[in-house]
Amino acid sequence: MVAVLAVVALGAAGCGGGDDAAASTAGASGSGPSGTLTVFAAASLTDVFTDLGQQLEGDHDGLTVQFNFAGSSALATQLTQGAPADVFASANGTQMSVVTGTDLADGDPTVFTSNVLRIAVPAGNPAGVTGLADFARDELALAVCAPEVPCGAAGEDVFAAAGVTPRPDTQEEDVRAALTKVELGEVDAALVYATDVAAAGDRVEGISFPEAEGVVNDYPLCTLAAAPNPEAARAFVDLVLSEEGQQALEDAGFRAP
Amino acid sequence: MSLAAQVLVRRGPVTVDVALEVADGEVLAVLGPNGAGKSTLLRVLAGLLPPDGGRVAVDGTTWDDVAARVHLPAHRRPLGMVFQDHLLFPHLSVLENVAFGPRTRGASRAAARTAAAAWIGRVGLDGLGGRRPGQLSGGQAQRAALARALVGDPALLLLDEPLSALDARTRLAVRAELRRHLTDYAGSAVLVTHDPVDAMALADRVVVVEDGRVVQAGTPSDVARHPRTDYVARLVGLSLLPGTADGLTVRLDGGGVVAVAVPADGPVLVAVRPESVALYLSRPEGSPRNAWPLTVAGATPHGATVRCELDGQVPLLADVTATAFAELGLAPGSPVWAVVKASEVAVYAR
Amino acid sequence: MRRARTPAPLLVPAALAVVFLVLPLAGLLIRTPWSQLGTLLTAPGVGQALRLSLVSATLATAVSVVLGVPLAWVLARSRARGRAVLRALVTVPLVLPPVVGGVALFLVLGRQGIVGSWLAETTGITIPFTTTAVVIAETFVAMPFLVISVEGALRAADVRYEDAAATLGADRWTTFRRVTLPLVAPGVAAGSVLCWARALGEFGATITFAGNFPGTTQTMPLAVYLALQRDPQAAIVLSLVLLVVSVATLLLLRDRWLGRGAAA
Repeated sequence: MVAVLAVVALGAAGCGGGDDAAASTAGASGSGPSGTLTVFAAASLTDVFTDLGQQLEGDHDGLTVQFNFAGSSALATQLTQGAPADVFASANGTQMSVVTGTDLADGDPTVFTSNVLRIAVPAGNPAGVTGLADFARDELALAVCAPEVPCGAAGEDVFAAAGVTPRPDTQEEDVRAALTKVELGEVDAALVYATDVAAAGDRVEGISFPEAEGVVNDYPLCTLAAAPNPEAARAFVDLVLSEEGQQALEDAGFRAP
Repeated sequence: MSLAAQVLVRRGPVTVDVALEVADGEVLAVLGPNGAGKSTLLRVLAGLLPPDGGRVAVDGTTWDDVAARVHLPAHRRPLGMVFQDHLLFPHLSVLENVAFGPRTRGASRAAARTAAAAWIGRVGLDGLGGRRPGQLSGGQAQRAALARALVGDPALLLLDEPLSALDARTRLAVRAELRRHLTDYAGSAVLVTHDPVDAMALADRVVVVEDGRVVQAGTPSDVARHPRTDYVARLVGLSLLPGTADGLTVRLDGGGVVAVAVPADGPVLVAVRPESVALYLSRPEGSPRNAWPLTVAGATPHGATVRCELDGQVPLLADVTATAFAELGLAPGSPVWAVVKASEVAVYAR
Repeated sequence: MRRARTPAPLLVPAALAVVFLVLPLAGLLIRTPWSQLGTLLTAPGVGQALRLSLVSATLATAVSVVLGVPLAWVLARSRARGRAVLRALVTVPLVLPPVVGGVALFLVLGRQGIVGSWLAETTGITIPFTTTAVVIAETFVAMPFLVISVEGALRAADVRYEDAAATLGADRWTTFRRVTLPLVAPGVAAGSVLCWARALGEFGATITFAGNFPGTTQTMPLAVYLALQRDPQAAIVLSLVLLVVSVATLLLLRDRWLGRGAAA
């Protein structure tokens, strides 16, 4: 795993123009990027990226950052249908490969962060959920993600690794929907990402479980070959990869890649 | 007295304040212009509109008494109503339409259908019971509506402009038939119409309503002979004379002969409007076909004209200007020649 | 001949409307992977989702008729004050994003909801994540279509027929049953079709309030949406199935049901 990450990280130097670009961005911080930057990003990045975008706008006069937050597959579809964008940040490698596979990416993608699964329970954990095994209890109201979406696929992997046959009441269309049902107290537990638990605040508690470490979900990003504003795109990628960007991601529950 | 009503309704600009009494077997026509409050009065009698004051009683049973807070809703009143444009239910067959009343009033399906079929026969619609109202002619539909109103043998029959939606020819036929059924009908009937011919041909008594008030009441001939207002005179002046037609000639039951412009056959009513009658002191020249020597029996001035009541073989009403009346020196008992063009004489089958 | 009867100012926009409405459908047909059709159609869960969709949309329509027609009558005929407010409230589900509708249903009928918690305590019944929840969500979203359609029909109907019925001894209930309802039957039919179609396509409120589980709550639109996440080709095929079945059903009903109404 470490080896794989290292290779991707090396490749990442190419994506976004590498050191030269980083240097030029740093050197030209006075004038620097301007115009409009369009970022397509996975919905789970909404809070962190919005903050980072505002920061970038503050650093560069005349720069406007626009976001399109949605499911990674929807974004990939939009990009392959010709939607104009500068940066694409996906919540998984599959949808990123849809974009790279059609030569839309400028160079190879960089894994900039990752996410692990966590059990979300309503505040106070009324059903006394302690681990993955509770997902086999028929009397509980349980939510997982549908196997068609990334968090559902990851969930199937952890259940298989733990040898648990889950008995969910619903297979949610995305992780936020699963979390909403926890927040409303309509389910006793849901299998979601650590970042979602972090974002949900006081109404939701997270329960870690050892099997999660076996299924880490990497987030790759890249600039796009047809980027209307490549300079701003490089600046944004650099900000995400900077110490500051990584700290913001960690605060939101993401893990270092 | 079978129907006794004293009705007060305020509706917009018109206040209807009318008292009526109708005996069993009697037909009362409420005659008046559009907007006079006739239909409002009928809706109150039907129970569709609660009055603001007064009372309505039928056969000694109180249907409305505002002071005593009594209001019998429409569906509890044993009445039948015929509407201007028949209002047969379009989704039901003619038979089902006629059987509707008996069914809702508790008859068994079989009994309701038997009664309905009998009435469909009585109004001359045998064999049409299975049709939808949309497949009937206007006259057939109004006959079916009459059957629907009469089938339950109601204590009160209300007719709201029953003939005015029909074309002129159909109207004659349906009017004659309606007259027959009204003669047979044992309860009280109230007929609302703006057509004096309907009132004269169908009613035993007439009340003329103007601006929500009764301006005159009496038998049709009484009202016609002694109109109390100009409006009534214009409205109810028609002379209706029964006779037997043979082509262009009608021999009156009273003995006179009237020439007409439209050929007819069999029993008819001859109608002459008073303003189409001209009066002369001697037989006019040019020998008009309709010239009768009559006697002035009475004269009632209204406005600038005088209505003259003429007796003889062809009893007529004639309107002449006050000036002409004076110039001719007419007085009760005066002999006079009355002349009417054949084209001014209307003929109705009876 | 037909052209001659349509005024030119109507013809062009009408043609544009047809193009606008039909082209996306054509796109769907063109992109359908016909060669994989058999495999995709016989995939497990497709028949299940289709059956669930048809059953729940039909039940939702039935509930909407039973509750919505009386409501339409109240809106059209009652002289009670606050009718305008009531009408505005009733049409809220039309403008409410369905997902929000789903959350709102949770707040009332959910395990923690105002009515739902009481229901769970007294009877042990919980509604969310059941087929009942699917029907409730679809009814919530689709019933306003029926109510508005029937209310329009009631307003257009000649109330004098009701007067005639009253003079024939029919009380208000009998009049409603035997006269008013048959008179507005075409409006009820049209409203039911709208309602059924809307229920069949319902996604947001259903996936929120009823969740998504194959066999119990996964209707066709949910299956289509999830298929889109993994295999857009399969999603196209599923959409096509839903489309064909709904259009066929509506055509069939039109012949049998609306056809008779139009002839009357």
